[in-house]
Amino acid sequence: MSVLTEQSGTEARAASAKIIKRRQWTRILRSRTAMIGLFIVTFWVLAALLAPILPLYSPTEQDVMAMADPTPSATHWLGTDILGRDQLSRLIFGARTVLMVAPLSVAVAMIVGITMGMLAGYYGGWIDAVISRFSDVILAFPVLVLYVILIANIGPSIINIVIATTIASAPGIGRITRGLVLGLKHQEYIAAARLRGESTLFIMLVELLPNCRSMLIVDACLRIGYTIITIGILGFLGLGLPPPNPDWGGMVKESTTVLNVWPLMSLVPSFAIVSLVLGFNLLADGLREAWKP
Amino acid sequence: MATFLAKRLAMMLVTMVAASFLVFAVCEFTPGSVARKSLGPFATQEQVDLLTQKLKADDPLLVRYGRWAGVLLGIIPDPLQDPSTGLNFTDPRGARYFGNFGYSTLNKLPVNDVIWDRLGNTAILGGLAFLLIVPLSIIFGVLSGLKEGGILDRSLSVVSITFTSIPEFASGVFLVTLFVILWPLLPGTSPLDTGSGWSIPSQLVLPVAVLVIYDFGYVARMIRVSMIGVMEKPYIRTAVLKGMSTRQVVLGHALRNAMIAPFTVLLLQINFLISGVVVTELVFAYPGFGRLLLDASLFGDIATIEAATLITVAIAVTTQFIGDLGYMLLDPRIRLR
Repeated sequence: MSVLTEQSGTEARAASAKIIKRRQWTRILRSRTAMIGLFIVTFWVLAALLAPILPLYSPTEQDVMAMADPTPSATHWLGTDILGRDQLSRLIFGARTVLMVAPLSVAVAMIVGITMGMLAGYYGGWIDAVISRFSDVILAFPVLVLYVILIANIGPSIINIVIATTIASAPGIGRITRGLVLGLKHQEYIAAARLRGESTLFIMLVELLPNCRSMLIVDACLRIGYTIITIGILGFLGLGLPPPNPDWGGMVKESTTVLNVWPLMSLVPSFAIVSLVLGFNLLADGLREAWKP
Repeated sequence: MATFLAKRLAMMLVTMVAASFLVFAVCEFTPGSVARKSLGPFATQEQVDLLTQKLKADDPLLVRYGRWAGVLLGIIPDPLQDPSTGLNFTDPRGARYFGNFGYSTLNKLPVNDVIWDRLGNTAILGGLAFLLIVPLSIIFGVLSGLKEGGILDRSLSVVSITFTSIPEFASGVFLVTLFVILWPLLPGTSPLDTGSGWSIPSQLVLPVAVLVIYDFGYVARMIRVSMIGVMEKPYIRTAVLKGMSTRQVVLGHALRNAMIAPFTVLLLQINFLISGVVVTELVFAYPGFGRLLLDASLFGDIATIEAATLITVAIAVTTQFIGDLGYMLLDPRIRLR
């Protein structure tokens, strides 16, 4: 009998969990901002993925004929840059770079930051003190200064942008995670897991992490947006990926010298960055609204 | 209270020392660069080696950091100003005084001669932007927080999110295209001299606008969240039920409580405005602090980088401290505990 009730209890709980989960997903689907955000992000992801098979010019090939008049034409739909390279192609290949580097950087920063926050929040004591003080120092740095100093000294490359993003954002992620863990660690199910004799690693990964999930996913979306802006800024400051890699920030920088003649050359990559960042920000906003307890 | 203040001041000092050491470690990872940077690219390797030796630039990192700190505190004279280096670097203030940031190898001037003017220019730019960001973000945040999910909230939120998604260089391009090229109303550069025929105020319009566009939406979002939290409180419901008008409820009950948490966020924008202005200053050729820091970082001018970092971190920890104090003053629950 007792076995039976226990079983039906578990089943009921599993069923209600499933309903809650389904409700969360329908709320996302019904949220207009989330869907618009998702649409913009998907558009750029598809463009980036399909870049090699789309009928595009090579992003580094120079069309000398177009250099005299780089405005849009039948052959170059969005015109060319000052070196006669096809803007549409550079835009789409630039999306590949940005959509690879930004999520990769944020993923690494999330792993480091969540680890820091978990350790600090779960263990407390001197571990918490050391991690928190270290984070305070990094967070006291203005973020952009940190990026400029790091990249100017270690040089621009994908790996170095990932390293700089991790150093700059991991403390912030750690602080959020720490706060969430502090709120969760005195819950009964954590005590139960500890009594069952589960390892600390199990408690962190299986009991704590899934409960921090929604906040961290929203934060990651926002951070991807910020990282895209940062990569753009680094490119604009001349600290972007080395040429001839197409890089949106670099495209804006190269074309601002001729802004008063051919403004479209700068406007196109500017709009591209704004749209992609907006996509991630709308997605984050929609998810936050949908997952609100 | 006294122990609290002493503790906070000590923490601030420790943070500044740690930050300056981190920057030193990153910039000075390759020793000897100081000599090369001081002599310029055309000096021979022998000259560089000789200067490296004289400056003891091959010493371990910690020793060199100690020497830098000694110069800053006025304990030892600046080695770059020693006549035996043959560099002719002289500081009218002398080689040994408190607050000696050393000699800028980029500008060939004492850092103290360069950095404060630049900081002043940036303070003008950032101050004007801050004066606009505060009221704009409060209006946006409070109005959209009044009724969560309402049509006003949704539209204002979309506007704020859109504006925060525009990086400074992009809004710079948009605004210059609109107001300089298509409709020549304002100057496209802001060098802060009137030689171009544009008045100083007209030169400030676009840079300030770029900063406001990028920053106010974020602050508005923070105020919105806080406002929503306050509007759900029982005392607001009581005020509404006893028949107060919306205006009375908002101004008399909600606003002050809703501003407690965003107060810190607003103060944090000062940090952003002091050093996050690099891009804006670059777009408009504005002679500010951010661009000095960028140029110094690209050139490897360690003395200027260190001075600028120390100043920005000092501003950051100070605003944090003021934030905590203001928090106590705004919220009697914390003050009276």
